[in-house]
Amino acid sequence: MNIVVCVKRVPMTQEVDLRISEDKKEVRKDNLAWVVNDWDNYAIEEAVRITESSGGTVTAVTVGAEDDEEVLRRALAMGADRAIRIDPGELELDPWVLSGLLAGAIRDLAPDLILTGVQAEDDNHGAVGAILAERLDVAHASVVNGIELEQGKAIIHVELEGGMDEVSIIGLPVLLTVQSGINEPRYVSVMGIRKARKKELRVIRATELGLSSEDRTPRTQIQEIFFPPETGGAEIIEGDASTIAEAILGILKEKGVNV
Amino acid sequence: MGGIFVIVEHRQGKLRDITLEMLAKANELSRESSQGVTAVVLSAGDAEFMDDLQSRAARVIAVQDDRLREYNVDDYRAILVPLFQEERPLLTLMGHTPWGMDLAPALAVRTGYPLATDCVAVDWENGVPVVVRSIFNGKLFSRVSFHESVGYLITVRPGAFSAEFTAGETGGLVSRQLPADLPESRKQFLEFVDTGVGEVDITQADFLVSVGRGIGESDNLGVVQELAEMLGGVLSCSRPVVDKNWLPKYHQVGTSGKSVKPKVYLALGISGAFQHVAGISGAGTVVAVNKDKKAPIFRVADYGVVEDLFVVVQALKEKVGG
Repeated sequence: MNIVVCVKRVPMTQEVDLRISEDKKEVRKDNLAWVVNDWDNYAIEEAVRITESSGGTVTAVTVGAEDDEEVLRRALAMGADRAIRIDPGELELDPWVLSGLLAGAIRDLAPDLILTGVQAEDDNHGAVGAILAERLDVAHASVVNGIELEQGKAIIHVELEGGMDEVSIIGLPVLLTVQSGINEPRYVSVMGIRKARKKELRVIRATELGLSSEDRTPRTQIQEIFFPPETGGAEIIEGDASTIAEAILGILKEKGVNV
Repeated sequence: MGGIFVIVEHRQGKLRDITLEMLAKANELSRESSQGVTAVVLSAGDAEFMDDLQSRAARVIAVQDDRLREYNVDDYRAILVPLFQEERPLLTLMGHTPWGMDLAPALAVRTGYPLATDCVAVDWENGVPVVVRSIFNGKLFSRVSFHESVGYLITVRPGAFSAEFTAGETGGLVSRQLPADLPESRKQFLEFVDTGVGEVDITQADFLVSVGRGIGESDNLGVVQELAEMLGGVLSCSRPVVDKNWLPKYHQVGTSGKSVKPKVYLALGISGAFQHVAGISGAGTVVAVNKDKKAPIFRVADYGVVEDLFVVVQALKEKVGG
């Protein structure tokens, strides 16, 4: 079982003051901490578990600059066998261009299974995985929270709304976008980090991929990034802990909740 | 040629709410331009929502066959791509749902139309659509334009638009045959499974004490569970708590969990991602406690407390414990 996992390094979004660039087209990255995209942790874990139980190899792939190799090393430490960083150079990355870079690097690997996260925490597109599948002409399913492999097929659970899952059988090769909670990602051990240093991490430049002009041209453009309007927000309860507790109990009483 | 297409999402014989929301928005966009609205539906022949659809769109194009009872991306692609090539809709709306996230990218690649996902606003600018989508888990918005094309695809966030509908031009059902040469799909539907059933039904609670990622670790749940009991409330949670297996799925509030409508919803350490917020739209009063003053939950809560949830929990216990 030859598995490819696409991973992304993203800024932490919780408890951080996001700031917008002068030209309003980007989020300023200088004051941000970076992590592996949450969904991708689940994708890496799922891939490693599959190869641990049924053999095969896991290749972790990312598109980015040298700093982004950090997420590849984490994937390797979790058990991926090798990694590829695609350096985009000066290309402007939207889901179309990004998926073209990934397709260019992955096509010749001819994987049986490609896993991506459902979406990235920064761009929140939720599209790159499925676009990639389409460009590679492999089957795909999105928002998968359960995978069982059998003889050239996968029984998958797709997470619908309201707790409903849709169970299907899908043929390999297949790309699945993986939902959080599908497994419990393992902690990265010191041993894992040490082993990771010996594993192959290859860099491919975008220029080596033979991309067409169409591949290099973004299909969407950010015109402006802005903060959501502050209108209609919560009435903030101020004061010390005791005052706050008093206020909350008052609200419960007012709204008819019996304490 | 041209026009606004809405790809109808339905399941188990019913139109999904997102479909009604998209049709309402499409009609609004239609009034602002000269583009007519077409609802495109692929379904089994016994679908009972055809009249409803016809009342919400100037035209309904329907392909009905038992093979299309469940959504399947291979079948939808095989039918819709030729339809798009024939009709060249200027703007096509799909839901940003597990279904829409699966289909829209496939159509985007095969038609060559640009795609913007999870849109919360869409407007015309010089005859072409411009959209707004949220990024950074809801902390920011991004206004996005498209590379020039004959057609544009968007997926629409459920709940972003109202389903309220002012009847415009309605009528016109066009039935088309299932293509005779439809290839075998690579995916076969087996069954639906309800994973949300459990010991507690949070949808019946008057008061929910809900925990999110801010709880830190499962050991900390005990202290909140005690508070919930002291206040006569029921414990619930956001997705990250279930992902980490700290609470079973039937406690989960949100799009992939349950929709709740308690009199009071006390959100502790919940950031307020839209998938969670979608589950509390029916709540009477939302009180949110979060250390992060920029947490999106404060935009939708009625009352907010910017404080460590454990400080608040402790203070509440002291007041009530006596």
